[in-house]
Amino acid sequence: MTNPRDLKYTKEHEWARIEGNRVTVGITHYAQEALGDVVFVELPGVGDKIIEGEAFGTVESVKSVSDLYAPVSGEVVEVNDNVLDSPETVNTDPYGAAWMIVVEIADPTEVDKLLSAEQYEEFLAEQD
Amino acid sequence: MRYHPHTEADRKEMLAAMGMKSMQDLFADIPEKVRLARELNIPGPLSEQELVKHLGELSGKNANLADYVSFLGGGIYDHYVPSVINHLLLRPEFFTAYTPYQPEISQGTLTAIFEYQTLICRLTGMEVANASMYDGASALAEAVLMAGEAVKRKEILLSAAVHPECREVVKTYARGQGLAVAEVPFTGGITDLDALKAKLSGNTAAVVVQNPNFFGCIEPVLELGEAAHGQGALYITAVDPISLGILKAPGEYGADIVVGDGQALGNPTSYGGPHLGFMAAAAKLVRRMPGRIVGQAVDTRGQRAFVLTLQAREQHIRREKATSNICSNQALNALAATIYLCLLGKKGIRELAELCLQKAHYLAGKLAEVPGYRLAFSAPFFKEFVLKTPVTPALINQALLKDKILGGLDLGTFYPELAGHQMFAVTERRTRAEMDNLVAKLKDDIAAKSKDNVVAKPKDDVVAKPGGGRG
Amino acid sequence: MTEQLVFELSKPGRRCLELPACDVPKAELSSLLPPGMLRDEIKGMPEVSEIDVVRHFTRLSKLNHGVDNGFYPLGSCTMKYNPKVNEDAARLPGFARIHPYQPEELAQGALELMYKTQEFLAEIGGMDGISLQPAAGAHGEYTGMIIIRAYHESKGEQRTKVIVPDSAHGTNPATAALCGYQVVQVKSDARGGVDVEALRQAMSGDVAALMLTNPNTLGLFDENITEIADLVHGGGGLLYYDGANANAIMGIARPGDMGFDVVHFNLHKTFSTPHGGGGPGSGPVGVKGFLEPFLPKPVVGFKEGKYFLDYDRPQSIGKVRSFYGNFGVVVKAYAYMIALGGAGLKAVSEHAVLNANYLMHKLKKDYHLPYGRICKHEFVITSRNQKGKGVHTLDIAKRLLDFGYHPPTIYFPLIVEEAMMIEPTETESRETLDEFIATMERIAREVEQNPELVWEAPHNTPVGRPDEAAAARKPVLSYLFCE
Repeated sequence: MTNPRDLKYTKEHEWARIEGNRVTVGITHYAQEALGDVVFVELPGVGDKIIEGEAFGTVESVKSVSDLYAPVSGEVVEVNDNVLDSPETVNTDPYGAAWMIVVEIADPTEVDKLLSAEQYEEFLAEQD
Repeated sequence: MRYHPHTEADRKEMLAAMGMKSMQDLFADIPEKVRLARELNIPGPLSEQELVKHLGELSGKNANLADYVSFLGGGIYDHYVPSVINHLLLRPEFFTAYTPYQPEISQGTLTAIFEYQTLICRLTGMEVANASMYDGASALAEAVLMAGEAVKRKEILLSAAVHPECREVVKTYARGQGLAVAEVPFTGGITDLDALKAKLSGNTAAVVVQNPNFFGCIEPVLELGEAAHGQGALYITAVDPISLGILKAPGEYGADIVVGDGQALGNPTSYGGPHLGFMAAAAKLVRRMPGRIVGQAVDTRGQRAFVLTLQAREQHIRREKATSNICSNQALNALAATIYLCLLGKKGIRELAELCLQKAHYLAGKLAEVPGYRLAFSAPFFKEFVLKTPVTPALINQALLKDKILGGLDLGTFYPELAGHQMFAVTERRTRAEMDNLVAKLKDDIAAKSKDNVVAKPKDDVVAKPGGGRG
Repeated sequence: MTEQLVFELSKPGRRCLELPACDVPKAELSSLLPPGMLRDEIKGMPEVSEIDVVRHFTRLSKLNHGVDNGFYPLGSCTMKYNPKVNEDAARLPGFARIHPYQPEELAQGALELMYKTQEFLAEIGGMDGISLQPAAGAHGEYTGMIIIRAYHESKGEQRTKVIVPDSAHGTNPATAALCGYQVVQVKSDARGGVDVEALRQAMSGDVAALMLTNPNTLGLFDENITEIADLVHGGGGLLYYDGANANAIMGIARPGDMGFDVVHFNLHKTFSTPHGGGGPGSGPVGVKGFLEPFLPKPVVGFKEGKYFLDYDRPQSIGKVRSFYGNFGVVVKAYAYMIALGGAGLKAVSEHAVLNANYLMHKLKKDYHLPYGRICKHEFVITSRNQKGKGVHTLDIAKRLLDFGYHPPTIYFPLIVEEAMMIEPTETESRETLDEFIATMERIAREVEQNPELVWEAPHNTPVGRPDEAAAARKPVLSYLFCE
């Protein structure tokens, strides 16, 4: 699977879709594959503040667990209840149905630090 | 004795296969300076016959509850253990297996734990239960840590009528997590509701009470829970599982986490261990629960099967972020509890609870008639009760020993303010004749003492201290 | 074949255990209990006959594999033979039917047994004081680490960090965190030991302790142990010994002589007490003399010819469990120790190491061995050679089930990809090992010739692989009654 070109990425394997000051966040195909069958997702609530680089939730598979790291700072304005109820969508549609939260960002310059799809793929290649 | 099967020829051939000459070669990697240059100073070896003789002699130095009539309680109870339990526990497939990490060859243990979890949920009226903990005290401590994490507050209010040893364990565990534990006093044998309300605040993570409490008294559980919830704190109760045959379930009076000691469920007293602690909670807390949990699954052949589940909470996966460091459970003791509850059944658990309740009240009534004795508290009780005694309980117990009676617990060893108070426990094993005999002995003893008009101070070495001062 | 649940076997009105009739005058329940506290009959409790119960649990037992059924080389768990005579011992009325609050004068046999077990464990560990209170290995770790914390606090020091190697048991970091410490992980070196340079870097005045297993989870003895100990002590830290692997070193080397300050033992591993399907265990803690005042109370003492429970310990960390620990387990471990004696215990470790090395030597022909030096009581191999055929460690483990073996510990330690951690123990004969070797060779051939057979394993077990992901997504944790 290729990583969508219109998204930004982090080295912790989150993706971010930037639309004005609204940023949608999920985890990458690479991340879901490394985790295996996802069984549980824990997310913040609407109104919670998240801070760039800090954990804002967790994603669990049967035999592992990973923190979710915030790609940007801001206030959570939407949470995807569907991914909480059906965590397996993280495996089947990581860039679509398995979006996790929408954040309203305070500092638009933060997104400049994020990786492009090409940069993220280079980073993955270095890891192997 | 030796339990390894190797012959001299085996050793030689195995070493030769690896190109080694002696057993010492196997330890070439251990630096000389840390090697033990002498033999371990441990007696033996013994043949099995010698071992059996020695252990028989050693165990014979202990007074046991088959020979003595016991009124001791305080968390460990002399309930009857049905014969079936030991026969089933000794099936080697149960007791020589380990943790059911391979579900395909562990359905026996996994199914039994699933039944255990179901039975604990039914008894407590809660939604989820784990596969068991070390004991009631450590289960309570873990419940307190769980509450602190769940509500993100740092203060625990702990009733002083909770078992003193449990309170000590809670305090030990709380310290590591930076939780402050404050005690709520008791009045008339039950937790002081007004004192609790005064201490409750928006910083309170949990209110912890025991029901029946350490003194056997039934707490105002509904009011205590309402007070806790009124400040957004969780409500933790420690319960005697036998009492749940007749007392309202914690789930019905608002408990968020329920723990207890499962010894009474088919496990021998065994000098206080091993037995089990149980833990049950509201469903919303399940991912914060410590310990193993068994869940239902479907296998590749479409059959129902059971597995260890929600393992991402546990130390082997989450490491330093785990909900607890606990790894094992008390599986064999939980199996005993499961078999016990199956043997009792729906009717039996009720009858058992009522037997304890009726017999305890019979004895309490009779003892309160003995001159100089009176019930210390007016609160209702289940199978234990406290008496104020005319002479120190140590002297009373000492006198009872010559008739092979283990008298009630001397509360002065736990609560200095309750010196001169004694707590009696009555299970279904105590007959009316045994209780009448106890009452008669105490009457005689008192009569003799009032005739002599002295309370002799015995020599130190003949005083029967229940385990010495425990402060 | 699976078994019905006891709830599904129930029939309304069926009974088994009869209780004695009430022989005291019955009072009205409403006069004994406060209003609103009386419970109705509990719905959904079993209603079965005695033979129902016996057959149900007998059938369940047959779905299990135990040490008595066959080879159980589960690394790190020391699944050795559990002597039957010890079971009899723990069930003697003078041990099983004694109350923790009965007078010490009437429990001298129990206290003597505990006192001597303390002495034996101190001797084996090279320690000065022992507490039998912890109920399991992880509980022992917890006790040991709060003793270390109490020691530093007694010196007015607030150390905040605990170092664990990346090969450590998960309980080590979890324990450190439970005690309020920040966990610092150090990597292993190319020989599988602690990377001494990395440790040097990690050491600081904030470090309270290093937690170490030696031999470690790779089954390798850390040859740099005295240098490691000096490094940690030099920075004011203490050394904690995870005794999970003590079956390799009894009578050969002692943690106390290696420089460790605190140790826990797993009586259910090293000292042959049965694992019981996951417990009860027992995890006594030993300490060097300067830490003795911090041990949990009570400790069993001996004075003027009498054994006693010593509660007079003002610097004690308090209690970690009610009463005195898992006494019934201690009885079995005591029986084991005196049955073998000092020389016999050393022979246990020698033969455990002999068996492990023999097995390792034979298995490395077909399976990748990441660390090719003498192992102690266990070793780690991997499925790297089988990877090309798409076969993973999990598949090999599941295939072993078809041959009547319990598989090794898999996917641990975390630092070895596709790990299989194998611990044969001393109680297995050469013939058993040779049969296991032949089976592992056969599976390696199957991987080459018929990998589907291995992927789809197990074939002969009562149930196939359960869908653990589905079970975790929608947890069903108790029997749902239809009422």
